Amino acid sequence: MTYKRRIDGRGFDEIRPVEAKVGVIKRADGSAMFRIGNTWAYAAVYGPRNLHPKFLQDPKKGILRCNYNMMPFSSSGERVRPGGSRRSKEISLVTEKALLPVLNLDEYPNSVVDVFIELPQTEAGSRCAGICAASMALADAGLEMKDLVAAVSVGRVADKLLVDLDYSEESYPDASVADIPIAIMPNSGKITLLQMDGEVKKEELMKLIEMGKKALIGIYEAQKKALKEKYREVEV
Amino acid sequence: MYRELRNHIIGLLNANTRLDGRKLTEYRKPIDLEYGVVKTAEGSARVRIGETDVIVGVKLDVGNPYPDTPNEGTIIVGAELLPLSNPEFELGPPGIQAIELARVVDRGIRESKAIDFKKLCITPGEKIWMVIIDICPINDDGNLFDASSLAALAALKDTKFPEIEGEKVNYKMKTEKNLELEKTPIAVTVIKIGDKFIVDPSTEEEKAVDARLTVSSIEDGTLCAMQKGGDYPLTTQDIDKMLDIGIEKAKELRGYL
Repeated sequence: MTYKRRIDGRGFDEIRPVEAKVGVIKRADGSAMFRIGNTWAYAAVYGPRNLHPKFLQDPKKGILRCNYNMMPFSSSGERVRPGGSRRSKEISLVTEKALLPVLNLDEYPNSVVDVFIELPQTEAGSRCAGICAASMALADAGLEMKDLVAAVSVGRVADKLLVDLDYSEESYPDASVADIPIAIMPNSGKITLLQMDGEVKKEELMKLIEMGKKALIGIYEAQKKALKEKYREVEV
Repeated sequence: MYRELRNHIIGLLNANTRLDGRKLTEYRKPIDLEYGVVKTAEGSARVRIGETDVIVGVKLDVGNPYPDTPNEGTIIVGAELLPLSNPEFELGPPGIQAIELARVVDRGIRESKAIDFKKLCITPGEKIWMVIIDICPINDDGNLFDASSLAALAALKDTKFPEIEGEKVNYKMKTEKNLELEKTPIAVTVIKIGDKFIVDPSTEEEKAVDARLTVSSIEDGTLCAMQKGGDYPLTTQDIDKMLDIGIEKAKELRGYL
């Protein structure tokens, strides 16, 4: 079984069109919007601020708390019931772990940095879009960061290795599929998110990670450009 | 805590102006209304009033009618005060503020008969359309009531029915059939601070509110829903004035649809 051409006509190593913007939510301390194809994410950062309940506080450093949420009308199928699911809780957790390595929260004991990710519209790759938006929002909030975090999914459909799967590929009916969301710190190349559903050979996976890193250069550039756009006036 | 702010706001109102220099019954500009912003919804709209930014999406589903109205479909309005949109909002199930917002928006649409529920009937006694309207603020800079009501009506106007296959909805196939709106109910929230009345409060002004009255009215000025809020009472003279402002300003907002 072969997958000859991508359904939307993209090259196998090509990501969907990306749009990134910083400072889109005025009340937040930092915020960003990230779109990839039909997947659309907002992220807002609040903090560092006081953490309640008190037993969660760490007297040595601040903590990061992420929440991923799909808006009720964000899925092309049935309405998503509000209030969070097991899936959204797990994504919140891996998002937190994907972002934590770039942050230094030592200066903020007993505090929390809250990251709220909301998706008005989704079509595959929503956790990656959320992470891309969140890392820009953290930078916009003026937090000390070692790097940004850029994320995309890679995978295999039939015999083809590809980046940024869309919904038709993720749920490709006639062949075996692997879906692998990854996040990297672009400057060091280190990986902060790695998940997989499906089946893949080790050699294929190693190749896919390299393909993902290449594709993420484009996303990283879009993130940097969006940040510079907002702070252009300050540059002089 | 807010006494200083409140005194300052009252001082300004007495001088016929506000924190941002607006007149008392002036909405922030620009008011921006965008249709069809969310492709995964059957209908959607985004309304920005100043920095307040709300997305409303409509999903349609097939359900069973209530036994007492076998020939009528139904609407459900939900609002979530997303913690992304305001530092004071917290995660968790909708609190009383969100519930009130959803119910005020619901009443404006329902009681004006903007939607003919009989037209939502698919098979009498068996199958009906459920119109589910969800309100999601992106940035809450005050006046979510008016922004959400306007966005909800616009999202309904944008709604197209999907195909039905057997018992289920085929969300991939949208028909050209629009949800018809019979009326255009517009909500205007009039705020009383001291002895002054204003519309379109910012978040700072919302902290200084004595009383508010959300007035929903249709094209000919007929009132279709109201909600009084705030900790202080209103006199009949107050209400008289607030209704005049509400009906007058509704005409202006309706122009954005």
